[in-house]
Amino acid sequence: MSIVTVQLGQCGNQIGHEVFNAICSDVHGTHGLCSKKENESYHDACKERFFSEEESEVPVARAVLVDMEPKVISQTLSIAARSGYWKYDDRSHFCQKQGSGNNWANGYSVHGPRHEEVIMNLVQKEAEKCDRLGGFFTIMSMAGGTGSGLGAFVTQCLRDAFPTSFILNHVIWPYGTGEVIVQNYNSVLTLSHLYQSSDALLVHENDVIHKICAQLMKVKQISFRDVNQVIAHQLGSVFQPTYTAEGGLHYSRNPLGDLMETLVPHPEFKMLGLRNIPQMPENSLPYSTFSWPGLVKHLRQMLIANAKMEEGIDWQVRPPQLRSSIPSSHSTNKPLHFNTSIANLVILRGKDMHNVDLGSFRDPSLYTSWLNPQDAFNAWKTPRAFNKYEKSASLVSNSQFLLKPLDNVVGKAWNMFASK
Amino acid sequence: PVSLPSAVGQCGNQVGCRFWDLALREHAAVNKKGIYDESLSSFFRNVDTRSGGDGPDIYKGKICSLKARALLIDMEEGVVNEILQGPLRDVFDSKQLITDVSGSGNNWAVGHKLYGYQYRENIVEKLRKTAEHCDCLQCFFIIHSMGGGTGSGLGTFVLNLLEDEFPEVYRFVTSVYPSGEDDVITSPYNSVLAMKELNEHADCVLPIENESLFDIVNKIHQMIDSGKLGSTVKQNSLVTSSAGSTKTVQEKPFDAMNNIVANLLLNLTSSARFEGSLNMDLNEISMNLVPFPRLHYLVSSLTPLYTLTDVNVPSRRLDQMFSDAFSRDHQLIQADPKHSLYLACALLVRGNVQVSDLRRNIERLKPSLHFVSWNQEGWKTGLCSVPPVGHSHSLLALANNTCVKPTFIELKDRFMKLYKKKAHLHHYLHIDGMEQSCFSEAISSLSDLIEEYNELDATKGGPRTDPSRLKIAV
Repeated sequence: MSIVTVQLGQCGNQIGHEVFNAICSDVHGTHGLCSKKENESYHDACKERFFSEEESEVPVARAVLVDMEPKVISQTLSIAARSGYWKYDDRSHFCQKQGSGNNWANGYSVHGPRHEEVIMNLVQKEAEKCDRLGGFFTIMSMAGGTGSGLGAFVTQCLRDAFPTSFILNHVIWPYGTGEVIVQNYNSVLTLSHLYQSSDALLVHENDVIHKICAQLMKVKQISFRDVNQVIAHQLGSVFQPTYTAEGGLHYSRNPLGDLMETLVPHPEFKMLGLRNIPQMPENSLPYSTFSWPGLVKHLRQMLIANAKMEEGIDWQVRPPQLRSSIPSSHSTNKPLHFNTSIANLVILRGKDMHNVDLGSFRDPSLYTSWLNPQDAFNAWKTPRAFNKYEKSASLVSNSQFLLKPLDNVVGKAWNMFASK
Repeated sequence: PVSLPSAVGQCGNQVGCRFWDLALREHAAVNKKGIYDESLSSFFRNVDTRSGGDGPDIYKGKICSLKARALLIDMEEGVVNEILQGPLRDVFDSKQLITDVSGSGNNWAVGHKLYGYQYRENIVEKLRKTAEHCDCLQCFFIIHSMGGGTGSGLGTFVLNLLEDEFPEVYRFVTSVYPSGEDDVITSPYNSVLAMKELNEHADCVLPIENESLFDIVNKIHQMIDSGKLGSTVKQNSLVTSSAGSTKTVQEKPFDAMNNIVANLLLNLTSSARFEGSLNMDLNEISMNLVPFPRLHYLVSSLTPLYTLTDVNVPSRRLDQMFSDAFSRDHQLIQADPKHSLYLACALLVRGNVQVSDLRRNIERLKPSLHFVSWNQEGWKTGLCSVPPVGHSHSLLALANNTCVKPTFIELKDRFMKLYKKKAHLHHYLHIDGMEQSCFSEAISSLSDLIEEYNELDATKGGPRTDPSRLKIAV
C-alpha cells in the first residue's frame, strides 16, 4: 500500500524534501548489511510505499506540495530533481504569491476554502496513482500560518474526502523562545482542529532536535537543514519497511494502519512521540559498536524518564511498584517525572535482531491499567540496517511526553489572550 | 509578492532615489544571468521597449528594460528632474510622476488639503495603473519626511487614499522625523498633523530621526579616519555608501544618511525577495509586531555598519552584530530600547547566519531586555540566505518598544510651544478645509498615543501576575 505525503508551508516542504532524500539515500546508499534478497524486498517495499514508477528514469515521490508563497516549492522541486535519484511530479504542487502572514485564520478560513478544489484535485490524482492507498502523511509546522491553518483545513478535507483512510499528521513544535510571536495562538488552534480529523499526530520538537544536533551530532553552526535532516532520519527509521509479525515472511504492506492499530487504541489519545538511537556524526560510525541490549536499555530509560535523547538520561527514575489492588493510573505513589505510556512500539533495524529481549518493555508498570501490556507493546523488526547505522532502534510512543510542552504553549497563549 | 513604494516630497524622493539605485545593485549582484525572475518582480517590471515607449510587460526570460514599480510625487520639480536626468532616468517613466512647480511652503495644509484635493484623481489613476501591472500587490511603502509640507501633507493624503482605494493592501510608512534643531520652524505643526494620519491609517510606521542617521555617519567616518580599521574596511560594505552603484556624481551631504534608510527598506524586503531557511514576509511583520492597532511604531536598527575584509567571521563577531543591534547608538531614532519595554521584537538576518546563531544570541540578550508580561518570549525571526552587497551577513532588528515615547513627547512639547502662542497658525487656517479643530484633534491623538505608551511603561518591572486559568495536572 502507498502513502501519499502532503507537504504544507515552508517547514512542511523543507522537511518533506529531506524525508524523501533520507529514504532514497537509505535504499541506494548501503546494501543494508544483509542478503541481496532481503535488500531487494526492502527496496521493493519502500518503492511501493513512497514512489511511483513513471516514464521518467527516476522514481517520483508520491507527494503534493502546497504553499501560499512560491519560493520554497520552486527550490524544493529543483533541488530534488538535481539529486538524480528521485524527483517530485512537476505538476503535483500548488502555490500562491502572498503567503499567510503567520495568520492561522488566513490559512484556515481564507486560503483553505478558496483553494480547496485545486488542492484536493492534486491529492486525488496522487491517490489514484496508488494501486492501493495506505493513507496520508501530512507535514506541517504549528507556528506559522500556512502549515498550521491551511494544514488544519486540508486535514479536514482529507477526512471528508477519504473517510476510511488513515491520516497521520507530522507536526513540528516550534522553539520555546520563539520563531513567531503569535506561535502559541497558531499552535493551539492547529492542535484542537487536527484532533478532530486526524488519526494520530506525530510530534517533533525543534528544541529537542536542536539539542541532538548540538550534543550528539556535534554540529557547530546548526542550520534548519541540519535540524530537518535529523527529523528526516528519525521519520525514515519508522516508515522504512519492517516485518510486523514474528516470523513474518513479507514486509508489512500497511504501515500507517499498523501504526494506528498498535499505538492509538483510544481516539482521545493521539499524540505520538519519536525517539531514535543511536545518533552520531557520520565520521564517528566506524569507531562505534552497538549492542542490542545496550540500545534497548537506553531506549526504555529514555521512555520512562521522558528523555529525548541518549545523553543526560535520568537513570534514577524508576517505574512505580505495582500493588495488584490499586489501579496504577490513580496511584498516588507514582513517582514524579515518571512518564506513563498508553502504548509503545519499538522498531529494530540491523542484524541479529531476532532474539533481542524486549521483556522490559512489557513491564505492566510502564502502562496505564486499561490495556493489557501484551496489547500495549509491539515490536517491528528487520535485519536490514538503516542509513549507515549497523544497528538502530526507534521508539514510537503514546505517552505523557508532551504534557509539559503542551502546558507551556497553552499557558503562553492564554497569557497573551487574557491581557488587557 | 510585490511592494509599491511611493516617494513623496524632497526627502522622500532623495531617499527613494538611493533606494532604487541600491536595489538595482543588489539584484545585479545576485542575478548573474540577466533573467527576469520572481525576486526582481517585487520591485521592477520588465518592459519590452523595442517598439518604443511603453511596451507590454514581459514576465519571463531575459531582462529587457527594468522599470521601477513606484510613484514619485513632489510639488516642486527640482529633485524629480534631477532623478530623471541622472543614471536612473530609464528606470522611471512619466506616467509614474506627479509634480508641480511651487512646492508646499513647508505647510502641511497646503500639501494635504490644497494639493491633495487638486491631485486626487491624478494620483488615484496613476496608482491604479501601477497596481495593475502587479501580479500580487502585497504592500505599499510611503517614504517621506514629517517636517515639511509635501512629504508630510501630501504624503499622508496619499496614505488616506491608499486605505480608501486599496483597503486590503498593507501600508508601511517610513517617516523621517525632524530633529530639535530643524531649520523649518513649522515642522512641529506639520509633524503632529501628519502623526494623526499615521495613527489612523498606517499599518506600520518606521520612524527615522536625522540626528541618529547623522550620528551613525559620523561614527563611521571616525572609525575610518582614525585609522583603527585602516584599509581593512570593505568600502562598498558601508551601510552609508553608494560605492559600486550607478551614481557617479559627487555625493551630497545627505546621501550617506539616505543610503542608511534605503538599506533599511532593502533589508526589510529581503526575505520576501530572496530565498532562505525561514522566510519572513511583510504581512508577517505587521501580524507579529503590532499587538494593538494603534501601537504600530517600530524602532529599527541595522548592523553591521561596515564589514572588514577579513573573510573568516568568528562567531563572536557575529555575536557582536547582535549586541550592536540592541545598543542605543545603532537605532535609527534617538531611543534606547534596552531600558524601555518591548511589546515585540523581530530579527531578520541575512547571509551566512544559521538558526543556532539566532538562538544563542536570543538566549544571551534576553535577560537584559524587558518584555511585556503577555509576551515574555515572543520573538519573530527570519533567515534570508542572500546577504546585502559587500557583506557576508547582516541583521535588521525591529522593535515595538516604548522607547518611541520620548520622541513623541518632545514633538508634542515643540508643538505646544508654538501653538500656545498661535504662532504661524494663520498660514494653515487660511487654507480651505483647515480649521482650528484639525490642530486640537491632532494633538489630542498624539496625547492619547503617548498615554497608551505610559500605561504600558507603568507595567514594566511590576509584579508579574499571570491571569489564572484551568490548570491541568502535570
